Amino acid sequence: MATGVAAWLPFARAAAIGWMPVANCPMPVAPRDNSKRQDELIILNVSGRRFQTWRTTLDRYPDTLLGSSEKDFFYNEESKEYFFDRDPDAFRSILNFYRTGKLHYPRHECISAYDEELTFFGIIPEIIGDCCYEEYKDRKRENLERLQDDQEENKDQKLPNMNFRETMWRAFENPHTSTMALVFYYVTGFFIAISVITNVVETVPCGTTANQKDMPCGERYTVAFFCMDTACVMIFTVEYLMRLFAAPSRYRFMRSVMSIIDVVAILPYYIGLVMTNNEDVSGAFVTLRVFRVFRIFKFSRHSQGLRILGYTLKSCASELGFLLFSLTMAIIIFATVMFYAEKGSSSSKFTSIPASFWYTIVTMTTLGYGDMVPKTIAGKIFGSICSLSGVLVIALPVPVIVSNFSRIYHQNQRADKRRAQKKARLARIRISKSGSGNAFIQCKRNGLLNELLELTDTEEDEQKLLTKSISLLESQHHHLLHCLEKTTAHEFVDEQMYEQNCLETVLPNYPSRSPSISSQDSSAGTCCGRRGKRNSPLPNASLPSTHQGPLQELSAIHIQCGDPPFHTARDIYIFKINKKYLNII
Amino acid sequence: MGALMVIFSLQPKQRSKTRDSVEDELELSAVRHRPEGLEQLEAQTRFSRKELQILYRGFKNECPSGVVNEETFKDIYSQFFPQGDASTYAHFLFNAFDTDHNGSVSFEDFVMGLSILLRGTIQEKLNWAFNLYDINKDGYITKEEMLDIMKAIYDMMGKCTYPVLKEETPRQHVEVFFQKMDKNKDGVVTIDEFIDCCQNDENIMRSMHLFENVL
Repeated sequence: MATGVAAWLPFARAAAIGWMPVANCPMPVAPRDNSKRQDELIILNVSGRRFQTWRTTLDRYPDTLLGSSEKDFFYNEESKEYFFDRDPDAFRSILNFYRTGKLHYPRHECISAYDEELTFFGIIPEIIGDCCYEEYKDRKRENLERLQDDQEENKDQKLPNMNFRETMWRAFENPHTSTMALVFYYVTGFFIAISVITNVVETVPCGTTANQKDMPCGERYTVAFFCMDTACVMIFTVEYLMRLFAAPSRYRFMRSVMSIIDVVAILPYYIGLVMTNNEDVSGAFVTLRVFRVFRIFKFSRHSQGLRILGYTLKSCASELGFLLFSLTMAIIIFATVMFYAEKGSSSSKFTSIPASFWYTIVTMTTLGYGDMVPKTIAGKIFGSICSLSGVLVIALPVPVIVSNFSRIYHQNQRADKRRAQKKARLARIRISKSGSGNAFIQCKRNGLLNELLELTDTEEDEQKLLTKSISLLESQHHHLLHCLEKTTAHEFVDEQMYEQNCLETVLPNYPSRSPSISSQDSSAGTCCGRRGKRNSPLPNASLPSTHQGPLQELSAIHIQCGDPPFHTARDIYIFKINKKYLNII
Repeated sequence: MGALMVIFSLQPKQRSKTRDSVEDELELSAVRHRPEGLEQLEAQTRFSRKELQILYRGFKNECPSGVVNEETFKDIYSQFFPQGDASTYAHFLFNAFDTDHNGSVSFEDFVMGLSILLRGTIQEKLNWAFNLYDINKDGYITKEEMLDIMKAIYDMMGKCTYPVLKEETPRQHVEVFFQKMDKNKDGVVTIDEFIDCCQNDENIMRSMHLFENVL
């Protein structure tokens, strides 16, 4: 139970009188408040600064240091106060937590100092209120990252037991780890540059030979270029295979973007080798050479900036797509208008709407090649409108995209954060809810165990070991839940038992304990003879929730629970007598 | 161009949000309640001065504005019953405490209610319970009203119970209740039938004294 509302427990218990006339079973006995002491002021001396508060304020959270008996360790007899040698500024927010039920994170505090204080006083940081939680988590993450960065800088020493494969992978990923890695890094970079330059130079006209016109260098020095290409591709292939070998997860490596770029870069060469030089496929072969330009993307391994750009483009893809869509809309509109406007004029270049697309795009981007020009007056009017709106269209995306980049980037991060926090928050709530529910069920089990022990007259000490000392608040809350159980004549169980019971209703297998068991395992059993049924989740026949009818025990002894219902204490007493008499343990 | 249209379409949503928040602010500042003096409350209820002090401190801690509205009430009450859904029953409780039906429970309402529940005579307590069950406050408890209350109580148990809660369990419980309470079998339970029947039932009599030492 969120003991922040502990003050309202008396109200909830008083309101339970509303269930009494409806209940058909006797209610359990209320726990006694033996320590009927007056609420007193206690003084908390934190490094000289004195804070005062009511005792009940601190008792609200019994699982923290100040709310439990742990603070007795800090009690100073002479001055009759609790002395803590901690930071008084941080203590303010901790004491406010007890007072208001909300924990706030003071922004000027250092995050690790604050964390330490929370740990000392036994408060989990997850209950920081929503107003301060985001800030707290941000600072914590920053701190963690900073620590990690520091750690990574010191991590360059070779770990003693890394095998060859792992060393290679580390060398590939981080060129500064060893000289070999650095050499490899520069060599591959050099060869990528060579390959790209080769591709470019290949197409430059190289001067004329005696009887032929200008031909590109590629055709003139075919052998040289071919050797160059082969060398580069060999280097790239070796590199790719080495990376594939060293990768910790080969499947994941093969799916990554960089490896796909590698493959696309070297594949055309091999395809070219495989394909013979016949005329039909040489056209396709030439097209494949275009893919060689993808080698330039291999530079992204060498450049951090390129990677970031790629990532931001990817994350802004939806925005870009939307802008593209609106641009397309405008283009279609203007192209249609221009086409119909120019339809009348003869020898018009606007032969169809798709043909007008080209004009629209060139005009809107203010390029104005002049290869298509409107000749009619209407065409010129619409053409000018087109170019004017084109200015707007072009001027808009650039800052929007730029600001979108930063906005979306941060927004995405914040949305993910919030989603993760929401999940964590819901998990927290669920845990605390199930915790309190389970606490009650646990308590029932402990209570039952205690009863059994009482019957067998075990030692006092053993009994004490089993009774977890629960606070008065907890016992009162449990009594309240117990009364609800009695009113509705149903019990709380935890999830597992519930699942079990559900399954058992589906498969009807009744354990036959004794032939004289009537199938009327009514909930009267739960009401008055719950203890007997505890250890065996009996199957649920379709039961009327009447409160007459026999009750079943472990050893099939019936105890009548008919009218009138017993006095609670007497009921238990008789039950105990019967148990003892029949030697049931 | 399309982008411009989109940007314009985004604007109105934000404006309406700000309008709502301004209204909310006005509402909050208007509802701030200070209770009557300690002496008056002492006279009107059966609590001692010290008890009233403790009650008020707890009350004001949870509701700094001095009144509880239904949402807060439901929240607080639900925290005591984590396994089920206590909001319906909290709604009925709220109506029972809000004696002047103004939509909020002030400290006076709260303390009067508690005074009856904790320190009142059996008659008064039974009266209060009848008032709780009688949802439309017409002096009669019908089967439908009782069914609503019963469902609300069973909702608090939640799903994971033993034995498994069935659909007709509340209805059957209501039948049992009416069998016991409705003496002249006219389908409704009046206050006299209710009080009569409860006073003749030992169980109920005993349980009425159960929470007396709560404070």
